[in-house]
Amino acid sequence: MSTEVTEATQTGTEYINHHLTHWTVGEGFWSYNLDSLIVSAVLGVVGIFLFWLAARKATSGVPGKWQCFVEMCVEFVDGQVKDVFHGDRKFIAPLALTIFVWVFLMNAMDLLPLDLVSTIARFAVGEHAAHHVYFRAVPTADLNTTFGLSLTVLLLVLFFSFKAKGVGGFGHEMITAPFGASPALWLPNLAINIIELCAKPFSLAMRLFGNMYAGELVFMLIALLGATWTGLTLGSGLSMFGQILMGSIWAIFHILIIALQAFIFMVLTVVYIAMAHEHH
Amino acid sequence: MNLNATMIGQGIAFAILIWFSVKFIWPELTNAIEERQKKIAEGLSAADKSQQSLVEAKAQATGIIKEARDKAANIVEQANRRSNEMVDEAKNTARAEGQRLISDAQQEVSLEKGRLRDQLRAEVGTLAIAGAARVLGREIDAKAHADLIEQLAVEIERG
Repeated sequence: MSTEVTEATQTGTEYINHHLTHWTVGEGFWSYNLDSLIVSAVLGVVGIFLFWLAARKATSGVPGKWQCFVEMCVEFVDGQVKDVFHGDRKFIAPLALTIFVWVFLMNAMDLLPLDLVSTIARFAVGEHAAHHVYFRAVPTADLNTTFGLSLTVLLLVLFFSFKAKGVGGFGHEMITAPFGASPALWLPNLAINIIELCAKPFSLAMRLFGNMYAGELVFMLIALLGATWTGLTLGSGLSMFGQILMGSIWAIFHILIIALQAFIFMVLTVVYIAMAHEHH
Repeated sequence: MNLNATMIGQGIAFAILIWFSVKFIWPELTNAIEERQKKIAEGLSAADKSQQSLVEAKAQATGIIKEARDKAANIVEQANRRSNEMVDEAKNTARAEGQRLISDAQQEVSLEKGRLRDQLRAEVGTLAIAGAARVLGREIDAKAHADLIEQLAVEIERG
């Protein structure tokens, strides 16, 4: 974790702000965070390619080590889905696997050295131009990514609701559950259901984003410890030691968070779809 | 921290990844896993079955061995009995043969004896007659030899 702030003029606030700015093109809503898009796409392609390698050569005989690992993932996810969702898992289980693997990989970018990209940029385009290079390597610490995921999940929830109950049945449920079928209760029912429906993707997105964003921020704050380096003094030595110690502790703890958040996102998605599948 | 169109892009990427794994990854892997499970189940049941048939074969083999042993004992016993019988038979035959030989010999001996006696009697008669003739020829003394000749004649008569 390179922590040297090369420009004496850069303060801690500037350092953090720089690290929290996306590489963005476009104007207003129609702008794109290229860093999130590129990193998530690369991770998605790499992850799915690695799994595809195992799937392509999947043998029912003695499996290779990689196939074994992939099968372990598959069986783990399948088991989780089986516990929650009682029905045909042909779609839900691979959906859950995709979420788990992809979100895990994106979260894992948090463990990359914080200044890796900026150091590369400094070597690639020079000290001054690097100042204008913005790149956030953790796609899940971008609200757009998490909302992109959770809104897709919302669409799937709606799709499965329609599929399981029909459009009429779904509409009927929207205005009669949970309080009752009396016409006076239609409005409260509808309000509750809409809130519930919106709360699902919102909580999904915010939970993942919050965890990853906070994790990233803590890495930055820890990195700032080392940024106080002023030469071989006792204070500099202590803060450097503090940074290494805390950075290590936080990184190790973060491994848990990375896996846990991917797991939670997966399980909640399955739960939401299972709920959509069931009649009230 | 503004929301923008990145969301849409991520959603689309997500959808593509889901589609790909639903279509190309999950079925292959679960097929392989299920097939392997089936294979393992078959292997285990085959092992069970072979274990069972091994037990059966062992029992069968024990039965066959026992049967064979019984048969062998039977055969030995039979052979013993047969050999005893044969020895007895041979003994009987030999005894009968011996008896027959003895009786044959005896018969022959008695026959020979009779024959010899007859011959001897004839010869003695002849000799007696010749002797008598010679005695008679030299000195015919009917008075002196009459009782001798008489005696000879009686002896020859008697044989």
